[in-house]
Amino acid sequence: MSDLASHPGTTTASPDGDHDDERPDRRRAAERARQVLSATWRPGLILVLLWVGWWIVTAAEVFPAYLVPTPGDVWATLIEDWEMLAEHTWVTTYETVVGFVLAAVIGMLAAVLIVYSPTLEKALYPLILFAQVIPKIAIAPILVVWFGFGPMPKVILAVLIAFFPVVVSGVAGLRSTDPELLDLSATMGASRWKTFRKIRFPGALPHLLSGLKVAVTLAVVGAVVGEFVGADEGLGYVLLLASGNLNSALLFADLILMSALGVVLFILVEAAEALLIPWHASRRQGVPLTTS
Amino acid sequence: MSDTMTTSASGQPAAAATETTIDIRNLSCTFSSKRKRTTALSDVSLRVRAGEFVSIVGPSGCGKSTLLKIVAGLMPPSDGEVHLLGTAVTEPQREIGFAFQRAALLEWRGVRANILLQAEMRGMDKRRAAERADHLIELTGLTGFETALPHELSGGMQQRVALCRALLHEPPVLLMDEPFGALDALTREHMNVEMHRIWRETGTTVVLVTHSIAEAVYLGQRVVVMTPRPGRIDRVYDVDLPAQRDYGATMSSPAFETLAREIRTLLGASGHHG
Repeated sequence: MSDLASHPGTTTASPDGDHDDERPDRRRAAERARQVLSATWRPGLILVLLWVGWWIVTAAEVFPAYLVPTPGDVWATLIEDWEMLAEHTWVTTYETVVGFVLAAVIGMLAAVLIVYSPTLEKALYPLILFAQVIPKIAIAPILVVWFGFGPMPKVILAVLIAFFPVVVSGVAGLRSTDPELLDLSATMGASRWKTFRKIRFPGALPHLLSGLKVAVTLAVVGAVVGEFVGADEGLGYVLLLASGNLNSALLFADLILMSALGVVLFILVEAAEALLIPWHASRRQGVPLTTS
Repeated sequence: MSDTMTTSASGQPAAAATETTIDIRNLSCTFSSKRKRTTALSDVSLRVRAGEFVSIVGPSGCGKSTLLKIVAGLMPPSDGEVHLLGTAVTEPQREIGFAFQRAALLEWRGVRANILLQAEMRGMDKRRAAERADHLIELTGLTGFETALPHELSGGMQQRVALCRALLHEPPVLLMDEPFGALDALTREHMNVEMHRIWRETGTTVVLVTHSIAEAVYLGQRVVVMTPRPGRIDRVYDVDLPAQRDYGATMSSPAFETLAREIRTLLGASGHHG
């Protein structure tokens, strides 16, 4: 009796007892840190190796500094011009995101129309294919002539370049519905809309999200190409400016920002995927593109 | 109650006395592709009484599944007609529960949510549906797995979820297309015992299509034997086993064995049964 009563008292009073309370939390934090580390050390190592290689090449002055800047120069440019660069990054981000969202919406709508109507499929598919095979860079000048130097032609280019993977993956996803589920739905007396909302669309999400991941990186390309052809702001504009002035440090800084933009947007879509389809097989054993 | 059973070539002597739930009249079904025409069903007639359990056995390709789909209104017959609960079947029927060979569950929904899909699609009263789902989960021994996702369940459990979903709206007719075909022998036996109990408790009219003679005889009050291409009804057997069935005892009873052997011989004679 006295043993039972004193035991909990002694454990909570002793310093060891306090440790016992914290240990699970700490262990979990350590576990998470280990997971993050195991997911990032390989790409991290590659980046460090690239950086070291770059540094060696510039330190040995293999190329003149106006062609290949030192990492230090690029870093200095990023720090000194950060305000200007942030402004232009924001412009490109805005064009990319608006283009991507429009591409996602238009692409999904096209996919739905194609899957549900054979007539529309015959009418739309050649058109969509044509929009895909036409070189985007070739129509950029026309878009600038039509819509001027503002964000509009860039957004349109981003949409044109990004929506094809959305359509293709959307169609594949919607077509992958188990025919027995559709039979089942029919015996439940479900409307087409309910069948779409509860069976077809959620089932299409894994395919669709793969397409969206491709689309978001392409949207960046669309926006930048648009900026190349005619713009007075954005990362593509800065790139042209820097190359015109032979400012290689700014050029490299700009390139780094463009890549970073693509990577961040890709990670955002992947986070959405983790939220939307935690049940899917592709998410059960880690994510091939971000973990080892 | 004796352990004997009567077999008859065509007969359903009590059919006139009780209500007919499914009335299949001279049904034929032909599929035509570019190369050839295949007759899946040829002049099939069958009456299923209310509350009856009918098993259909036959070799692969005898049109058993096609027959069920036509009864459910999921595909039109080439000839003949089906009346379900007194009305002609011309479109997908809502008065039925359908269970497939594969569980066909929604991967992203837990057990309970998968069962409740039936209620959502039909716009059933939410509270009543939830109570009914809980009851079925208990009945089929899925308690404790309510939120488990399909990929976390065994094949037998997935089939039980599909069965619960098919029974949620208390359908007067349950159509089952080899629902236990993909299960291992032991799980299949368990499911047969459970299916028998559920049928006795619910009083639903059941048509079960199966490859297994043992399953057909154990569960059915009548066993319909079909011939392969074109699918025809060869014979209909009345099964007379005690209503309260112990699986092992039933399987080894002389009555069961005699009937099972007879059906096996018939299937062997009518064609290649693998």
